[in-house]
Amino acid sequence: MPTDTAVRAEALVKTFGSTRALDGIDLEIPTGTVLGLLGPNGAGKTTAVRILTTLLRPDSGRAWVAGHDVLAEPDKVRRSIGLSGQYAAVDENLTGFENLYMVGRLYGMNKPDARTRATELINRFRLTDAAARPSKTYSGGMRRRLDLAGALVAEPQVVLLDEPTTGLDPRGRLDTWEVIGELVADGATVLLTTQYLEEADQLADTILVIDHGKVIASGTADQLKAEVGGERLEIVVAEESEVEATTRVLAEVGSAEPTVDRHGKRVQVLVDAGPKSLVEALRRLDVENVTVLDVGLHRPTLDDVFLSLTGHATEETA
Amino acid sequence: MTVLTQGLRDSGIVAWRNLLNVRRNADWLFAAVIQPIMFVLLFAYVFGGALGGGQYREFLIAGIFVQTISFNSAFTVIGLCNDLQKGIIDRFRSLPMSRLAVLLGRTTSDLVVSALALLIMSLCGLLVGWRIRGSFLDAVLAYLLLLLFGFAMSWIGALIGLSAPSVEVAQSAGLMWLFPLSFISSAFVGAGTMPGPLRVVAEWNPFTAVIQSVRDLFGNEAPPGMAPPPGWPADNAVLYALLSSIVILAVFVPLSVAKYRRVASK
Ligand SMILES: Nc1ncnc2c1ncn2[C@@H]1O[C@H](COP(=O)(O)OP(=O)(O)O)[C@@H](O)[C@H]1O
Ligand SMILES: [Mg+2]
Repeated sequence: MPTDTAVRAEALVKTFGSTRALDGIDLEIPTGTVLGLLGPNGAGKTTAVRILTTLLRPDSGRAWVAGHDVLAEPDKVRRSIGLSGQYAAVDENLTGFENLYMVGRLYGMNKPDARTRATELINRFRLTDAAARPSKTYSGGMRRRLDLAGALVAEPQVVLLDEPTTGLDPRGRLDTWEVIGELVADGATVLLTTQYLEEADQLADTILVIDHGKVIASGTADQLKAEVGGERLEIVVAEESEVEATTRVLAEVGSAEPTVDRHGKRVQVLVDAGPKSLVEALRRLDVENVTVLDVGLHRPTLDDVFLSLTGHATEETA
Repeated sequence: MTVLTQGLRDSGIVAWRNLLNVRRNADWLFAAVIQPIMFVLLFAYVFGGALGGGQYREFLIAGIFVQTISFNSAFTVIGLCNDLQKGIIDRFRSLPMSRLAVLLGRTTSDLVVSALALLIMSLCGLLVGWRIRGSFLDAVLAYLLLLLFGFAMSWIGALIGLSAPSVEVAQSAGLMWLFPLSFISSAFVGAGTMPGPLRVVAEWNPFTAVIQSVRDLFGNEAPPGMAPPPGWPADNAVLYALLSSIVILAVFVPLSVAKYRRVASK
């Protein structure tokens, strides 16, 4: 494995009973970059993270992290990584400081070093005031920050974050984004999984879209948007009773299934032919006697990318 | 660092963390400190009064000691199951720490809790009239044997804790298997008073061997009618108790460690 590749996986397969959680995943993360693993619930994100962090053995396929084979040299892999799992794994009866101190000691640090490092991270993650309180008194966002800090104790080369912002309020999410940004600025390689398209767009250099254990697209956010090609046509109508007819028309004109916001009387669809599709849609709506209040044609967002790739919306928009 | 010294060092760190948990969690503190006191006082006065007064109370103490320290293995069951559920085992397994440490740290911290329980129960025992009538050395041996047996029980608990599908199941499964074992023994009545098949089970039950050893070593005599039926297990109680503990460890330490390597968070 070349040294400028921090993580590499080839044809990973993992089945649980009849479920193919991973169905032949390949991935590669250049050193010092962020890969966003994007997919809906059940796509296989956690399973991939568990294999790369040596927690789970794949049925077949191989993977290397920081130059070490996860199957042959799991201990060397563990020395090079930091993991923050899908659910914050903090000990509720220990204080924030004690949690980090313990992790430091278990990475092999001596007592003074573990103490210094725990204090550093407590301050950096703005937990100073709460450092001496048992972490069961923390808010969800504070727990998540503490868990993230735990992943960084040993200044790992590769950091794996499984849905780091799921369950956080908007402020907690912004906080976490900031921390991840700093991490990358410090030169770490990051794999993060997310169900949020904007999050992948915001944080990742490269995005891998997975669904049902398969990679269905990869590239930068811009590349993915370009791949979808088309644009998004949006129509707002006057009456809720007109939404149904509008949906039918847009389904005919568009290149994917329309998304409907019945309350907002708003229907959207991806179209291939841009302005031509717009004119065609308006013509047909006129025939159907639908009163159009507003129309728009937008460059695709990652949501559109996802919709067109999987044929279904993400959890968020569903 | 060799594998062994790293294993001991990491286990010590995990044990430290577990003991902080015990100290800060009201439920656990209750189970570790109050429960042993209750056991001694309740059994001594409820059963003691009906079944033969002072001599029976003294007879009972060894049974209560063994029952309490073996019930302490439920700490291991629930503790490990909790850690699994909360994802803490995932974090541990992603760290470059010894594969033995989470389990050895847990069984060791439970050993400390058991030692504390033994101290408390001994003081309560003295209060209700129990005495150590044997030599100092024999008494030390009795306590060591109790701790060894408790430690072995914790390793059975480790396997149960790693296998239980939920904390609720762990909670009941962790204790359920201990009830028949502790009651079909000479903990509360002499094995000789039991009907045929139960009597054989009681005679060969390792619980009986540990209890009998402790009674012998403390010099606590059985009240009339409760003396152990003669036979190899009763005549070689200390040897049998030691052997049982060692066999349990030899079987359950490797099984638990193998389970830990593959275990997945719930
Ligand atoms: N331990 C397991 N036992 C059985 N099925 C599992 C297990 N872990 C994951 N799965 C299944 O594998 C699929 C992928 O799961 P997961 O990797 O957790 O997805 P994600 O993290 O993207 O939500 C899902 O269908 C899930 O139900
Ligand atoms: Mg997941």
